Amino acid sequence: MSLERRILELLERDARHTPQQIAAMLGEEESRVAAEIARLEKERVILGHTAIINWEKAGDDGVTAMVEVKVTPEREVGFDAIANRICRFPEVRAVYLMSGLYDLSVVVHGKDLKDISTFISQKLATMHQVQSTTTHFVMKRYKQDGFVFDDKESDRRLVVSP
Amino acid sequence: MSNGRNYITETIRNLPPSGIRRFFDLASHIEGVISLGVGEPDFVTPWHIREACFYSLERGYTMYTANAGMIELREEIAKYQHRWQNLSYDPVNEVLVTVGVSEATDLALRVLLNAGDEVLIPEPSYVSYIPCTVMAGGTPVVLETVAEHEFRLTRDELAKKITPRSKVLILTYPNNPTGGIMGREDLVDLVDLIIANDLIVISDEIYGELTYEGKHVSIATLPGMKDRTIVLNGFSKAFAMTGWRIGYACGNRDIIAAMNKLHQYTMLCAPIMGQMAALEALRNGEAEMRRMVEDYDYRRRLILKGLKEIGLPSFEPRGAFYVFPSISVTGMSSNEFSEKLINEEKVAVVPGNAFGGSGEGFVRCCYAYSVEHIEQALERMGAFVARHHV
Repeated sequence: MSLERRILELLERDARHTPQQIAAMLGEEESRVAAEIARLEKERVILGHTAIINWEKAGDDGVTAMVEVKVTPEREVGFDAIANRICRFPEVRAVYLMSGLYDLSVVVHGKDLKDISTFISQKLATMHQVQSTTTHFVMKRYKQDGFVFDDKESDRRLVVSP
Repeated sequence: MSNGRNYITETIRNLPPSGIRRFFDLASHIEGVISLGVGEPDFVTPWHIREACFYSLERGYTMYTANAGMIELREEIAKYQHRWQNLSYDPVNEVLVTVGVSEATDLALRVLLNAGDEVLIPEPSYVSYIPCTVMAGGTPVVLETVAEHEFRLTRDELAKKITPRSKVLILTYPNNPTGGIMGREDLVDLVDLIIANDLIVISDEIYGELTYEGKHVSIATLPGMKDRTIVLNGFSKAFAMTGWRIGYACGNRDIIAAMNKLHQYTMLCAPIMGQMAALEALRNGEAEMRRMVEDYDYRRRLILKGLKEIGLPSFEPRGAFYVFPSISVTGMSSNEFSEKLINEEKVAVVPGNAFGGSGEGFVRCCYAYSVEHIEQALERMGAFVARHHV
């Protein structure tokens, strides 16, 4: 596996890994790892470094919805133009082009139900390329980005064993 | 009957308790310990393996299996040994599924030893070989290995300890506690001595998949060695399945048949749930196993560098998940070091002498822990070494 790929995998698992730690783990020079990370950031292979948070546990009762959006693709730009416009709204957390019964899957986050319905009815559904929307509200989260929310698999090993 | 002790055989009474046990008792009474003291993976058994076990229970697989283990599992073991080591075993007559390598070690020694037969055991080594030899009526003969040779068994040391009573040589590489390995050349060096003295090798390869920067070589693959080697392996380390207790032995059909005879009277068969899980591990678990091994390798480099920086240097271990640094800078014995370290800094390591006299002056540090955990332990150990440096 290439150095680039190893670095990316380690950072994806834990963005707090420092270049020094990664260099030690991979048996590489720290400067080389730091340069590689800088390059990957510059080339936007690494888009950002973020934390995965259980907001519900932090006392936030925000609401998330997955919106199925059917759109009319446009000449020359296909789905990209409308998708990029949707991306610009800060309420929108993720946008995916899908195969199947609808075109775009849009993940929307708001402070409450009303907040989201206002966004969809006033901003999203009114765009002229949007034919229809179907909104599904998230009721409970179990796993996100590889992390299980209620993970009970703690270290159960004895302190010392042969 | 007031004193049960009087009824216990002299052999058992005279067996010393494991040095690890004593240290476990000490460590478990202290709150907030950061341990580097375990001998098992930090991964939980991969989900697909656990799931295969649930599924087998749902379908009612709760009965005895053949004494030697489910034939499907023995077939998968034979296939695995073939693709991994290019060793061909007949799943019907040359493979025995056991309750961990622990049982297989005990069986092998009991079927091979007559009273007074000598068993050559390199040290430092896993804690059960000497007691199992004694319980089988044999005489343990310790082979010393040293840090200068990265704890490899040398031809000179073997030659020095062979006598007309020598019958069995135990090899455990990659090694617990040192992390040392024996490469092809190291093994080739021993072969003519082994054959000339008609020794049987019990090769405990439980850490074989955990070999870094190269591939494990089984001594059974060397010319003339397959028939006189009993290969022991299992699922505990590579597939993170310690609690399932599934191991196996591969070797000469007469020896395997004798081991199976003993196994059927003492164990009957390995638990079917574990066998079902092991079957899934061999059929679909190799990719995830490789990922775990890669992850150990990252942490191996991290702890090795960290130990060097705090003044506890070690040779580079290329196997298992242990580092075995020398503690000579502190001038302490390994017991003293480990006890003071846990009392003063709440870090648990295992004193090297728990693995035999050759381990004196060293401690075993396991790196099957998260990066944060390892770094925290290193920080505390660093403070300790700085304080006790002589």
